[in-house]
Amino acid sequence: MWQYEKKLQYPVKIKTPNAKLAKIIISQLGGPDGELAASLRYLNQRYAMPYGEVKGLLTDIGTEELAHFEMISAILYQLTKDLSMEEIKASGFDTYFVDHTTGIYPVAASGTPFTAAYFQSKGDILTDLQEDLAAEQKARTTYDNILRLADDPDVRDPIRFLREREIVHYQRFGEALRIAQDKLDSRNFYACNPSFDKNCGRK
Amino acid sequence: MNEKNMLLSMIKKYDFTLKELNLYLDTHPNCRRALSMFRKYRELRRDAVQEYNKRFGPLTPEQVTDTQSWTWVEDPWPWERR
Repeated sequence: MWQYEKKLQYPVKIKTPNAKLAKIIISQLGGPDGELAASLRYLNQRYAMPYGEVKGLLTDIGTEELAHFEMISAILYQLTKDLSMEEIKASGFDTYFVDHTTGIYPVAASGTPFTAAYFQSKGDILTDLQEDLAAEQKARTTYDNILRLADDPDVRDPIRFLREREIVHYQRFGEALRIAQDKLDSRNFYACNPSFDKNCGRK
Repeated sequence: MNEKNMLLSMIKKYDFTLKELNLYLDTHPNCRRALSMFRKYRELRRDAVQEYNKRFGPLTPEQVTDTQSWTWVEDPWPWERR
C-alpha cells in the first residue's frame, strides 16, 4: 500500500512560464526514459526478485520515482500556468494544447502517449537489474540534454536534483546486481534463473 | 522564507537523508553506522513533523487534528507556486 505526503521531494518554484520548455521536459513524465516508466518498471519487476535486499530496493526506488513523477508534473504545471494564447501559438505548445489544454498528460516530447512498451519485466533477476542500470543512465542522459536546452535557473535546479538521483539509483542497482551474483555460481551466473528455477543458486 | 516553509524545508531535508539511508541500507543491511544515523534522523523528523502538524496542518490525512474542519483539503497543494 501507499500513502501520499502533501509535499514535494525537492522544491519546485518557477516564476516565469515557458511553454517551449514544458514541451521538452514533458518527456520525463511520459517519455521512453521518463519517471512513470521508471516507477512502473521497478514496481512491476519486484515480484520476481528472490532476495529481500532487491525486493526492498525496487520497492523503495519505485516509490521514489513516483515522487519524481510528481516533481516533473509540478514543473510542467508551473511552466504552463497563466500562459497567453500568443505564447501558446508561438512556442509550438499549440499541438499539445488542442488535446489537453494545460492539463498534465503523460506523453513524450514527440507527442507519443505513454506506453508500457517503454519497459520490460522479464522475470529474471539478472536481466531485470541490467535493464534497471541502463534505465538510470538513459534518464541521466535525458536530464543532461534538458540542462543543455534550459536556461532558467528555477528549472535547472530541480532538474539537477533529479539527474543526481539517477546516479545514486544506478549505484544502488549495481550493488543489488553484485548481491544477486554473489548468491549464484560464479562459474556460470546464467546456469539457472533464480526468479523461476527452484533451488537455483543454493548449494 | 516564512516559518511554515522553513519548517517544511527542514522536514524535506530529514526525509531526503532518511531516503538516502533507506536505499543504502537496502544493499548494506548490516551497516550499523547507517542504522544509527537512520534512527537519529527518524527522531529529528518525527519532532519536526509533530511541530508542523500542530502549527500548520497535516502532511498526511491521518495527521488531521482539527475538530471543526477537514484541513487536509486546504490549499496550497505541493505543485502550486507558494
